[in-house]
Amino acid sequence: MQYERPSSLKDAVDILSKAKGSAHILAGGSDLLVKMKGDFVEPDLIVDIKSIKSLNEIKKTAKGFTIGASVPCAAMGEHAGLKKAWPGVVEAANLIGSKQVQGRCTVVGNLCNASPAADSVPALVAAGAKAVIAGPGRRRTVAVEKIVTAPGRTSLKKGEIIDSIQLEKRPKNSGDAYLRFIPRTEMDIAVVSAGVSLTLDAKGVVKTARVALGAVAPTVLLVKEAAKAIIGTKLEKAAMENLAAACSKACSPIDDKRGTIEFREEVSGVLAKRAAKIAYKRAGAK
Amino acid sequence: MSGIAVSTTINGDDVEYLCQAEETLLDVLRDRLELTGAKEGCGTGDCGACSVMFDGRLVCSCLVLGAEADGCEIETIEGMANGEELHPLQTKFIEHAALQCGICTPGFLIAAKDLLERNPNPTEEEIRFGLAGNLCRCTGYDKIVRAMQDTVKEMKGV
Repeated sequence: MQYERPSSLKDAVDILSKAKGSAHILAGGSDLLVKMKGDFVEPDLIVDIKSIKSLNEIKKTAKGFTIGASVPCAAMGEHAGLKKAWPGVVEAANLIGSKQVQGRCTVVGNLCNASPAADSVPALVAAGAKAVIAGPGRRRTVAVEKIVTAPGRTSLKKGEIIDSIQLEKRPKNSGDAYLRFIPRTEMDIAVVSAGVSLTLDAKGVVKTARVALGAVAPTVLLVKEAAKAIIGTKLEKAAMENLAAACSKACSPIDDKRGTIEFREEVSGVLAKRAAKIAYKRAGAK
Repeated sequence: MSGIAVSTTINGDDVEYLCQAEETLLDVLRDRLELTGAKEGCGTGDCGACSVMFDGRLVCSCLVLGAEADGCEIETIEGMANGEELHPLQTKFIEHAALQCGICTPGFLIAAKDLLERNPNPTEEEIRFGLAGNLCRCTGYDKIVRAMQDTVKEMKGV
């Protein structure tokens, strides 16, 4: 196995583009090293991107926030501005693994690992986050929900690297939230999860919303019908029931030891309602 | 021997070593540098027995490659006591018998120290959540939590 640690994005792309055999990008390593240990992957090449300076930063711009691909999730929790603007995204990122894992793991890695149960992904999808992709061709920006195509698979082409995640600047009266169900209180993989992001008008009516579900389908789902159910409402009881029903209907989960199909369908609606309530409160609703 | 040349700082000392690309930092610490305080429990980042500080962040050294340590600063359990003088957490772990077999203890101490440095006055819940990445099969955790609470008290001078 060869280990490379380029100091520029261009070099990283070049190395990956020319690589023969199995090439893997290393950021936090909290998935890659576990897979190597279990012999699930045997890389011929590892490209460590942590010496690429621009990928180590959370940048606040006029347009919002850019989270570099090697920023550990713990650093997101320490960024007051990001936490204030996108509390749901940050709480999701800070649910991944233990404190030890959070010191290394990244949201880009969580996305590219392409697990249906990835904690940060439903929150990012609900937030309308975009992935910025560098590669041998033109730099491109893609909605986060377009990255994962199946468990363990992404739409990235050979030589491509997601260099950062973009989150928009928040309009006034906006909030987001993420919740997951696990049978323990900490350190577990989501059985079902839900992310909700919404913006209210001056009267407290939901103007725009995005609802995403995790661990209930091969990929994280953006559930447009669920968002429609709460747009134009103040999350009254009927709207909440419609939200839950739309979520349950959108699920196509598996039955496994972590949860049954029926359980996942039911709980997706429950979590979406609870996350919507938290997001609504965070958006400043009285 | 061929390998990747790494220059790093461990417990304040400059250290240089050669390692293979697939070797973890934990393997390097234990097998090359004879720093055997960090333990291998699971080897997959679940148990925290291999916890070290890596550029100021708590990490599992089994989930870091030895090669990644180049230019970084590492703190291990071997650097926690000041010579013969134990860190207050170490003293309290002994006083409260917050260990039996001891395999998890170095990891717990590193994680506990990081927790107290970030939050000098944690609640019991914060302690339990903060140490959720460290597994102990002997104590049932209560003694560890009590040892930490007592350390907090002492450090506040109560």
